[in-house]
Amino acid sequence: MGRTDKVWSAQGTTPDAIEAALRQLLIEAHAEREDFVPARVLNMIAFVDREWTGEIANRLRGVGRYHASRLVVLAYEPRRTRLDARVILAADEHPAPGEPVLLRETVVVELGDRHLDDLVTIADPLVVTDLPTLLWSPHGHHEIVADLIPLAQAVLVDSVEGPDVSEALDWACTLSDRAYVVDLAWLRSTPWRERVAAMFDPPWLRRELGMLSSVTVRHHPASTVAAGLYVGWLSSRLDWKPARLVTHDGALIGTAHASRQDVELRLQVAPELPVPGLEGLTIETAAGHMLRLDRGPGGLRARFAGRREPDRVWTIPGASRGETGVLGEGIRQALLRDPTYLPALRHARTMLT
Amino acid sequence: MAVAAGRPTEQEVPENPLTVGLERLPVAPTTLVIFGATGDLARRKLLPALYNLAHEGALPERFFLVGVSRKEKEDEDYRGECEEAIRRFSRRAPDEAVLKGLLDNVRYVPGTFDEDSVYTQLGEVLDGFEKEAGEPLNRAFYLSTAPSFFHVIVEKLGQSNLASHETADVRLIIEKPFGTTLEEARELNRRVLAIFEETQVFRIDHYLGKETVQNLMAFRFANGMFEPLWNRNYIDYVQITAAEDLGIGTRADYYDQAGALRDLIQNHMLQLLCHVAMEPPVNFAAEEVRNEKVKVLQAIPEPTAAEIPKMAVRAQYTAGHAGGEDVPGYLEEPGVPPGSNTETYAALRLEVDNWRWAGVPFYLRTGKRLARKVTEIAVTLKPVPHLAFSEGGSLGVQPNQLVLTLQPNEGVSLQLGAKIPGTRMKIRPVNMEFLYGTAFLSQSPEAYERLITDAMRGDATLFTRNDEVEAQWRICDPIVTAWESTPGPLPTYEAGSQGPEEANSLLRPGDRWRAI
Repeated sequence: MGRTDKVWSAQGTTPDAIEAALRQLLIEAHAEREDFVPARVLNMIAFVDREWTGEIANRLRGVGRYHASRLVVLAYEPRRTRLDARVILAADEHPAPGEPVLLRETVVVELGDRHLDDLVTIADPLVVTDLPTLLWSPHGHHEIVADLIPLAQAVLVDSVEGPDVSEALDWACTLSDRAYVVDLAWLRSTPWRERVAAMFDPPWLRRELGMLSSVTVRHHPASTVAAGLYVGWLSSRLDWKPARLVTHDGALIGTAHASRQDVELRLQVAPELPVPGLEGLTIETAAGHMLRLDRGPGGLRARFAGRREPDRVWTIPGASRGETGVLGEGIRQALLRDPTYLPALRHARTMLT
Repeated sequence: MAVAAGRPTEQEVPENPLTVGLERLPVAPTTLVIFGATGDLARRKLLPALYNLAHEGALPERFFLVGVSRKEKEDEDYRGECEEAIRRFSRRAPDEAVLKGLLDNVRYVPGTFDEDSVYTQLGEVLDGFEKEAGEPLNRAFYLSTAPSFFHVIVEKLGQSNLASHETADVRLIIEKPFGTTLEEARELNRRVLAIFEETQVFRIDHYLGKETVQNLMAFRFANGMFEPLWNRNYIDYVQITAAEDLGIGTRADYYDQAGALRDLIQNHMLQLLCHVAMEPPVNFAAEEVRNEKVKVLQAIPEPTAAEIPKMAVRAQYTAGHAGGEDVPGYLEEPGVPPGSNTETYAALRLEVDNWRWAGVPFYLRTGKRLARKVTEIAVTLKPVPHLAFSEGGSLGVQPNQLVLTLQPNEGVSLQLGAKIPGTRMKIRPVNMEFLYGTAFLSQSPEAYERLITDAMRGDATLFTRNDEVEAQWRICDPIVTAWESTPGPLPTYEAGSQGPEEANSLLRPGDRWRAI
C-alpha cells in the first residue's frame, strides 16, 4: 500500500462529510485509473486510545493482505471536544500484472468523551453496508464494545490480554451471546489443535482418544486463558465433564471426567517463552502412549513414545506466524465460523473460574 | 508407533472428533516419490508446492520425499537442486528452518525407469523411512515424466511389490497427457488398472485444482437464482474460450506433437464444459461429482467423419503483431518442423444431448497468439419474447450474457439492458461486474498445493477418473484422426488477431464469437 495514497482530512467534521469524502476519493481514483477498484470484503471498526494509535497502526500494517477493506479507527482522547478525521485511500503497491488494483480505505476519527453517547451514529455511516463488520477494542473499553456491537457481526478479542482470567472468559462468553467472537488466544493454539487432531487420526491411535489419561499444557505466563481454551477444546470435543482447576505448585491442576476414566489436567507456566501462547503440551493415554509437542525452530518438535516402543523424535515443519500473523488470521477468521470455539470456551470457563 | 498387525481400519473406528472445525484436515504420514524429479514440472511446480505446504504446516506429521531420475547424483546434490528450485519458484520467500526441515527428509534414487535396480533401491529407501518413522507410511508415486514412461514405471512398481502395502495406502499420481489418442488412453488405463485399483489412481488435470474452476461449482450450486435458468429453455448458447497471447515459446517439441486440441480441449476445456453442464451432484464426494461429469461427456455424440468439417475448425498462426512487436508465425518458431500441420487454434461446436441441454450449442475455442490472454465461459440467454419499446428504443437491446472469467481478473459479469439517461426510452447493454479479488482476503493456493494434498488424503474429487478420460478421448479422437489424415496447408490467422475467419462457420445464424 502507499504508492497512490489519496488523503483527505478535516477538523471539526461530521460523519456525513467523512462519508462524502470517501465517495469522492473513490470517484477520483477511478477516474485516474479504470483498473482501480475498491476492495469489498470486510469492515473493521477499531476503538483505540489515541495515544496508542501509532502502535495499533503498526500492528495492522503487518497483517498485509488480511487488512480489512475498510478500516475505521475511532481514536479516543477523553478531553477532546472536536471531531477530526482523516481518510486514506491506498492502492496495492504490487498488483499482479493484468489484475485490478485493489483500493483499501482507512478512516481515522479522533473523538472524545462528549462523542461517546452517540458513538454508533458516528461509526454507522462510515461502514460499508452489507459487508460483515469486525469490531476490535484492543485497549479494553468493554462499555464501548457493548455500545458498538449492534454494528458488528464479529468481535475480535485477545483473551490473554484481560486483566484477569475469569474476567476474560466471562467477557468472551458475554460477547458470544451477541456476535461471533474471534479470539486471538484461541487462534494461537490452531497449529497445536491441528497437530494433535492429526496425530490421533490414524484409526489405531484414534480409539485412544477415549483413553486419554493426562494432558499437560505449557504456556506463556500471561497465556493461561490460551492453555485453558486448549484443554477446553479437548474436553468439549471428547465429551469430558470438566471441573475447576486449582493452583498447586505454580501450576493449575485438576481432573476432567471422561466416560472411561478421569483425565489429569495440568496448565504449567513456561516462564522462558518470550511470546504469548503455548510453549508445548504432553498427552498420555491409558494404553501407555505419550505424545509431546514443543515449539522449535522450523516447526513443532514432536516426541512419541510407548511402553514397548522406542522414543521417536522429529520435527513437524511449519513457519511461525508471529503476532502480526495471528492478528491477520483473526481478521480473516471474521469471515469464517469455527463451531468449536464456543464449546471450548464454556469448558475452559468451568475449569478456570 | 510400531507397525502392528490387526490394527483397526478407518471403517472400524468412529470419526475423529478433533477434526471438526479445522480448516486443514489431517493427512496421513506419507512418502512422496517423484519420478522425473529433475524435470521442469518438479522444479517449477511440485517442489515449490511442497515447500509452501511445509511452511503452512499442511504437510503430514511425517513426510518424506524421494526423487527418482536418470541422472547420477548424491542425495546432497539433489537436496541442493531442490533448495535452488524452491528459492527460485516458491510463491513466498522460504523460512530457512522450515526449508532445512523439509530437505532433511529428501533422498534421491538414480537410474532409468526400466531398471529393476531402481525399484529395489527405492523399496529400500521407503522401508528405511518407515523404520525411521516407526510406523507405516502411505506411499504416493508421482509420475512427472514423459508419458512414454508411465506404463513402464507402473509395471515396474507392480513387479517390485511397491504398488500395495499391507498396512498403508499406496497412490499413483499421473500427470497429463493421459494418452494422445483414445486407444492410447484405453491401453494406459488397462496397464495401470492391471496393477493399481482405480481408487489408488489420481490423474492430474491441474485446471481442476484452480480455485477458479472450483468456484464454478460454488457459483452454480450455492446460488438459487441461476439454476432455474440453467437449461435449454433460457440459454441460447454457451461459449468457452481459452486464448493465449503468447506463442509456443520453447515448447516446440511438445506442442508440435500435441496441437491445440490435445493440449487444451481434450482435457481442460471439456472439464470446463462438464462443470457448466453437469447436473447437481447428490453431494461433493469424488464419485458423485465424477459420475455427473461422465454423464455430460457421454451425452456428447461422437463426431462422425462427415460431421467433423462442420463442427471443428483448426488453424495455424502466421507472422503478425503482439504486444506492439512483430512476432513470427508458427512455422518460423524455433524447433517447429518445416511444413508442420499442427494446429495452434482449434474450435468445436458440441451438443450435449440430454433433457437439460438438447439443442444448445457449446462452442469451444482455444489458440496461441490470439489478441489477448483470457479464459472465460460466456452463457448467452435467449432474447426476451417481446420488446414493447419503440423501434428505435429497442435497437440496443441484446440478450443477457453471463460471463464467468477464469483468468485474468477472475469474476462474474452479467450484461443487462439499461435505459440511456435522457428523455427517450433508449436501451443499451451495461455490465454488472463482480471480481473475486475484491471480495476475499486470502491468496489462492497454487493448484498443485491443493492437488498434492488431496492426493495424499485420498480425495479424488479434483482428479479425472478412467472412464472420464476415455469419454473425453471418445469425443476428440475422431477429430484428431480426421485432421491427421487431411493434408495441409491449414487455414491461418494472423498472430495477435481474433483467430481464423473459418471459425465463424461453426456458428448458427445469429450466434457470434465474443471478442477475445
